[in-house]
Amino acid sequence: MKKSLLLMWVMLATSANASLASEPSQDRKITLRNMLKQDCGACHGLTLKGGMGPALLPEALAGKSDDFLISTILNGRPGTAMPPWQPFISHDEAAWLLGILRKP
Amino acid sequence: MNRLLPLLTLLFSFNAIAELRATGDLGIVIEREDGNALIINTTEHKRLAKIEKLGDLSHASVVFSRDQRYAYVFGRDGGLTKIDMLKDSIDKRIIQAGNSIGGAISQDGNLIAVSNYTPGGVKVFSADTLELVADIPSEYGKGLSSKVVGLVDAPGQRFVFSLFDAGEIWMADFKNPKAPIIKKFPNIGKQPYDALVSPDGHYYIAGLFGESGMALLDLWNTDAGVKRILPDYGKDDEKLPVYKMPHLEGWAVAGDYLFAPAIGQHKVLVIDKNTWELHDTIAVAGQPVFVMARPDGRQVWVNFAFPDNNQVQIIDVKDLSLSKTLSPGKAVLHMEFTPRGEQVWLAVRDDNQLVVYDTETLQEITRLSANKPNGIFFSSRAHKIGL
Repeated sequence: MKKSLLLMWVMLATSANASLASEPSQDRKITLRNMLKQDCGACHGLTLKGGMGPALLPEALAGKSDDFLISTILNGRPGTAMPPWQPFISHDEAAWLLGILRKP
Repeated sequence: MNRLLPLLTLLFSFNAIAELRATGDLGIVIEREDGNALIINTTEHKRLAKIEKLGDLSHASVVFSRDQRYAYVFGRDGGLTKIDMLKDSIDKRIIQAGNSIGGAISQDGNLIAVSNYTPGGVKVFSADTLELVADIPSEYGKGLSSKVVGLVDAPGQRFVFSLFDAGEIWMADFKNPKAPIIKKFPNIGKQPYDALVSPDGHYYIAGLFGESGMALLDLWNTDAGVKRILPDYGKDDEKLPVYKMPHLEGWAVAGDYLFAPAIGQHKVLVIDKNTWELHDTIAVAGQPVFVMARPDGRQVWVNFAFPDNNQVQIIDVKDLSLSKTLSPGKAVLHMEFTPRGEQVWLAVRDDNQLVVYDTETLQEITRLSANKPNGIFFSSRAHKIGL
């Protein structure tokens, strides 16, 4: 009983965390959008159609889960040119960026 | 009236003289976000014209016709635009592929080659008409197509380039443009990311991203094949993340040394050109992107990948020491020296500025506005092998 209560609490806490993933501040959003355009765009193209890195357009990301893509942003992809962005952006910020990418 | 005519003629001819524009001190600045090219005068530090609608220029490069009248702009979206720098207009423009990375002009100035990511390969066009002359798909293995990088011109009407995914160097001889002869060098190392040719056209060197070292091709003796240099450099060191791929454009050579960016290390490599062994390493502020020698070879200027891209460092070649760190502004993306090196122009993307420095005093001379500039190319490149 104690165990299942704890489990429930954990589940509630994580789901609350997911739905309430804090939005970046307005200033931070401008920085992140600039980063997406300029720094991500350096490899993925200004229009995100791809370059050294693959395309990041909604249809290209369609079959891939949020977890996988957020982890790719944060941890990079070993063996490829994709570096980890964890030192510069948080999990919530990566999720917010992914939201922008998924919007057609 | 009869008396007036000569006077009128004189007036009109003065007008024509006033509009003459010599091309030796012209240059092109790319505004990446707007897809514009600015025509600039490097002597007067002036913007002369803005050429618009050149597509996605998030990664763009420029070569010049040998008469220095035309600039060929290679855009990320496969666009190839021929700009007339005398008329401030687009002479011709084509979309030649889906996704491209750079280009080169042939030794005789008659051919323009473009290296492509999608579909991978090299396309060669008439410099005059931009009509397709040859198409070289970068096929390898079973029906695979490789991204092509490090495309340069070489003496003997040749183009040399590297296949990123295949790990190969190809050399295309265009003495007969209708039937180019292609020589392939396989197994040169994992993921060549860019390459350069020495200013005398003697050596072609590709940097490797997927493993340590560089691949060297002696263009005077191609039968000897590709030789791996610095194979053990940094092998056992932890690799730092690379937030922007370095460029090998231009050959930072000074005396006996070649200067090159280390990959995944905040260092500049100093390679002995006689033995092709590592002579020294110089610790710098971040992951180097461009490592460029001043034309006289006395200084080497280095800019950096995110997040250290607000700095530029200068190496004094006399004793291989860091002589100065400059902070020109946010996101310094590119540098270009005046033909004899007394000044250098920097593209500072996030401050929307071009900053000109005196290379002797290292003092700022002036600033010009440009919207998100990412590349500066002076017409003096027209007469340099590999640029």
